[in-house]
Formats: sequence, C-alpha cells, structure tokens
Amino acid sequence: MASVEMQPVQPAVSVSHSRLQSMRLSALAGRTAATFVIAIGAVIILIPFLFMISTSLKSKNQLRAVPPPLIPWEATMVEVNGRMEPLFRVTVDGETADGAMVEMALVRNQPGGMGVFVDPTNPTESVTLKIADQTPVRHIELHPENYVEAMTAVPFPRYFLNTLIVTFVGMAGVLISCTMVAYGFSRFRAPWLNWLFIVLLSTIMLPRQVTLIPVYVLFQRLGWVDTLLPLIVPAFFANAYDVFLLRQFFMTIPLEMDDAAKIDGASPIQTLWHVLVPQAMPVIVTVAIFHFLYAWNDFYEPLIFLHSRDNWTMAVGLQTFNALYSVNTHLIMAASVVMVIPPVLLFFLAQRQFIQGVVISGVKG
Amino acid sequence: MRQIRQSRLTLAQKEDLWALFFISPWLIGFLIFTAGPMIMSFYFSLTRYNIIDAPIWIGFDNYLRAFGRDALFWHSLGVTLYYGSLALPLGLVAGFSLSMLLNQRVPGVSVWRTIYFLPSVIAGVAVAIVWSLIFSPQVGILNPFLERTFGVKGPGWFTDPNWAIPGLVIMSLWGVGGGVIIYLAGLQGIPTTFYDAAKVDGANAMQRFRYVTLPMMTPVIFYTLVLGLIGAFQYFTEVYVISGGSGGPQRATLFYNLYLYQNAFKFNEMGYASALAWVLFLIVLALTLLIFRSSALWVYYEGEVRKR
Repeated sequence: MASVEMQPVQPAVSVSHSRLQSMRLSALAGRTAATFVIAIGAVIILIPFLFMISTSLKSKNQLRAVPPPLIPWEATMVEVNGRMEPLFRVTVDGETADGAMVEMALVRNQPGGMGVFVDPTNPTESVTLKIADQTPVRHIELHPENYVEAMTAVPFPRYFLNTLIVTFVGMAGVLISCTMVAYGFSRFRAPWLNWLFIVLLSTIMLPRQVTLIPVYVLFQRLGWVDTLLPLIVPAFFANAYDVFLLRQFFMTIPLEMDDAAKIDGASPIQTLWHVLVPQAMPVIVTVAIFHFLYAWNDFYEPLIFLHSRDNWTMAVGLQTFNALYSVNTHLIMAASVVMVIPPVLLFFLAQRQFIQGVVISGVKG
Repeated sequence: MRQIRQSRLTLAQKEDLWALFFISPWLIGFLIFTAGPMIMSFYFSLTRYNIIDAPIWIGFDNYLRAFGRDALFWHSLGVTLYYGSLALPLGLVAGFSLSMLLNQRVPGVSVWRTIYFLPSVIAGVAVAIVWSLIFSPQVGILNPFLERTFGVKGPGWFTDPNWAIPGLVIMSLWGVGGGVIIYLAGLQGIPTTFYDAAKVDGANAMQRFRYVTLPMMTPVIFYTLVLGLIGAFQYFTEVYVISGGSGGPQRATLFYNLYLYQNAFKFNEMGYASALAWVLFLIVLALTLLIFRSSALWVYYEGEVRKR
C-alpha cells in the first residue's frame, strides 16, 4: 500500500490499467476453475439418483452385469435355428475384402475362450474366433413393468395412502395449532407469557427419546399403538420450532394493522385470520413444506408405533421390503423411486420457499 | 346485558383469557407430551420396567449399570463420537468450500444450488438403501470405480467393521448441500464494503478470507456444528436400514440412539432405555452449553452486542 502511494501519478494510471486487466483475467480463470469443480461435484451428487432410476428399469438378467452400468444395456439376441443367440460384431480375416465388421451370432463356446460364430442369415457357414476380441452388440432395454411388480409385491399403494394421511392431516394440525400459538405469543403482553415462551424455546433442545417411552406407554394404554393416531394427534398440539419461526415473522407485522381491525370490531380470531395469516403466507408455506418433508421421510416413529403391515407408512414398508427382497434390487429401487417422487416434485414446485425456509431457520434462527 | 358482562372482567383479564386460549394447544400438548412424560421417564429410569408388569424400583442401578457394567454403552458412545469426529469437520470443510466456490459469481448458481440441495429433500430410508447398493462389494458401483480409476481394491464398506463408519461418513457428505444453502446465504450477507476496505488496505485473497470471511461466518459455522453434534447423537434411520437394525457388522455401527432403541423396543428394557435417554439428554445439554460457553472465544457477532 505504501509503494502505491510513492509512485508518481502518471505511470500509476497505466500500471493500474494493465494490472486491472490481469486481475480480470485471473478472476476469469478462478471462476472457470470454480465452475469446473462445482460441476464435478454436481455429477457426483446426481449419480446415486441415476443409479436408482436405471436400476429400477433393469431386468433381473441386466442386474447380473458387473460392474453394473449406469445405462440399462441388454445384449442383443438373434434367432439362429430356432434358438436365441447373442449377437456380436466380429472381425473376420479375409472374409470381407475391406476388413469391415460383420454381425454374427455366437452359437457355441469352445475351450480356450474361443467361440463358434455364424452369420444369422446363413447359419450353415461358421467361423471360430476368440470371444474376448469381439464386441457384443447391445441396446438399451427398459423394464417399466418393474414398478407394477414392486407395487403389487407388498401393499405399497396402501403404504402410500397411509403416508399421505399422516402427512396431510398432520400438516393441517401443525398449521392450525402453530399459527394460533405463535399469535398468542406475539400479540399479548401478560408477563407469564414470557416465562412460558422461554419454556417453549427450551423444549427445542429436548431429544425426543427422553419423552418417547412414556408417550409410547400412554398411547398403548389408549389403544392407539398400531394405528396412525400417534403420528397425527401430537401435530395438533403445536411444536416449538414452528411456533418460533411463525412468531418471529408475526413480530415484524406492524401492530397498527391489528389495531385497525380491532377498531372495526374484529375479534382476535378474526384479526389473526384476516390480518396476520394473509401477510404471513410465505412463512406458513415454509412451515407446511418442512412438515411435509419431516412426516414423509420419518422412519423412527412409524417404526415404533406401527406394528401390523397394513398400517405401515412408505418408510417402514420400504425398509422391510429392502430386507425381505434383497435379491430383487430392481424392485427395491423402483419402490424407492416411488417414495422419493413426492418430495422431489414438491421441491421443484416450491424451490424458492424451500431455500428461503432453510435460510430463515438456519441463519436467523 | 352487554354492560354487565363487561363489568365482570377487566380488559386485562379478558386479554389474558384470549392469550391463554391461543397458546392452549401448545400448553396442553406440553403437559401431555413433554412435561408429564419427562417426569415419568425419569421415574422409569429408576425402575426395572418391561411395559407389561408394573415398574420395580431399583434406584440408580440403571445408571450404575450403564457407566459401570455395560461395555456396550461405552461402545455405542464411542461409535457415535467416532462418526461425529469424522462427519462434522469433513462436512464443514466440504460445505464451506463449496459455498465459497458457488459465491464466485459462477454461471448458473441456481441450477447448482438445486442439484446440491436435492439430497436433503429425500433424507431417510431410500437414501440409505441406494447407498448400501452403491457401496455393496458384490453389486455396487463404487469399488469398480475405485479399481478402474485409482487401481485400488475397495474395502467391504458396510460388511467390514473397519469401513462401515467411513462409509456412513461418505454417505453423509452427499447431503452436504443443506449446509451449503445456509453458508451461501451467510456469505452473501457479508457487506461488500468490508472486502473493499480490506482491498484498499492491501489485503490479498487469503488475508481477506482469514480476516473478513471467516470471522463474519463464525456464528453460522457455530450453529451448524451444534446442530450436527446433536444430530450425531440422534442418528438412527440410515444405520437402522443399512445394518437391518442390528448395528452390525460386529456392532461397528451400534450408534447410541440405535442401542437405546434396541433396549426399549427389542429387549423390552424400558427402564434401562429411559436411563439411556436421560444420559443422552445430559450429554446433548452439556455439549451445547460447552460450545455456547466457548463460543465467546471464537465466535464473532457483528456489533459489540451478542445476539442472545
């Protein structure tokens, strides 16, 4: 910094001009390198998704390929003398003058890695060649019927429906109760409210394992174990995290708007419904989305509360399917794709709210 | 009529009643699902309880058993901390570097952000199943890739007690995008004037990172570390799916939370499981307080006044 000050004015301008150019160049190089690294990372992120989808579309035969290709190739077969034989692209010395490749079927293996190849259109003439030197002919073959098979092997439609019920009824419960409670904590001034709010905040830190066993005993006494009720009913009693998020937003809405409604004779319920809820829509949508994700993916509580297979949610059904049908990876992947579609779809539809929600709860929370 | 009713309650009392009405869902829920169960779970932790017969009072024996006689308790703590000591720093470095790269005004930021965030949307059973296939030594794609690209013979991952935890760590790095979103928002919140001032003072890129970016980002880093640590102690779904609920191979993935679940719902040791839950609670509480206390030393909050 001192050296810049000491330089005479005239050369300094030209120096800084060329320096600016080199700075721009290095910034461009840096950005290109950054983009390159980011792109490689993105490919790595996407590979498991591609693997999942491609495996879900393979036949049992295609699954045997080691290592499994990301594209569901299948060896092309051709009928020779009433039998299906694999087709190869072979180089036959002296057969064709220009040395071009001919497609021939492998009809018989011979010792030493050799094979007998014939022209499918003229099966009487055969050549014996080293199999490893020939290229198998292959094509992409998709088996969407895997999805039907997976969905009927175990009652996945039932699990899907159960998960939808748990997710959406629970969502209604969370939205109604948390909006109410957040309103109570943001618009009333009784001193005991502050104490209760601190209690509410401290429950965020409480691991759910601490209350789980007595709650399990409670639901068992009520006869609710092995029904969807333990997964739905608690949602109607608000949760600290969402109440906090909503309350923080309510606090930013000016009180004058409430007062105006009050002067017009609105009750607190009407004020909440007509004044605060419309303005808090972005946060309410965020809370709804996050509850959807949580309920849809949750495995812990469904595993504990749901015992008979007709009552399972997708998460438990998929885990059991995975354990029982472990050989049928194509069916397991098909069922996994089905489970993953709703959250991914929701993510693409409401991406902005998603990212905003993560940021709000992550940075400002 | 109207006047009589108004005279019965003062305005302040009326306000209080409304407030009580609005917070009642939480208040009732708190009593039924949190406060009551907490008392009960502490009581259970002092008993032998198999859920069918009445609890038998045994004092603090469950706690003595955990700390003194149960090797698996210490083992599961070790597994959890081993995982956390790998997954947290690696996740932090990976997520932070990625967000620094994304913050370089690269083309198509929103597309990259979408791709990186995608794994966070589907966390759970499906993710664990896909990764257990990818890692599979028989039908997986990772080991053939390692062999072909680096000439390294890959380990047995989830079938090898030494490699199961590193496998889970790699799997967790796949979901690093959730943190990237938070870091990115933090980075974009740093006023550009700070960087301009540093440039005027002659700070190079490394110095700008060390003296502007890092101090401005410590609250966010701190927050994600606390959450990550608590998360490690609650880690369950992925490891349940991959080990089929056993914590195998050879108990290498017997995480604390999984061990607690086994005691409660496999061995019907509800009393012992309650004690484990309380130990978990105290550990989480202690770790959180520790980080909060130490944060004064290394977390920089903008302005002199610290938030909360």
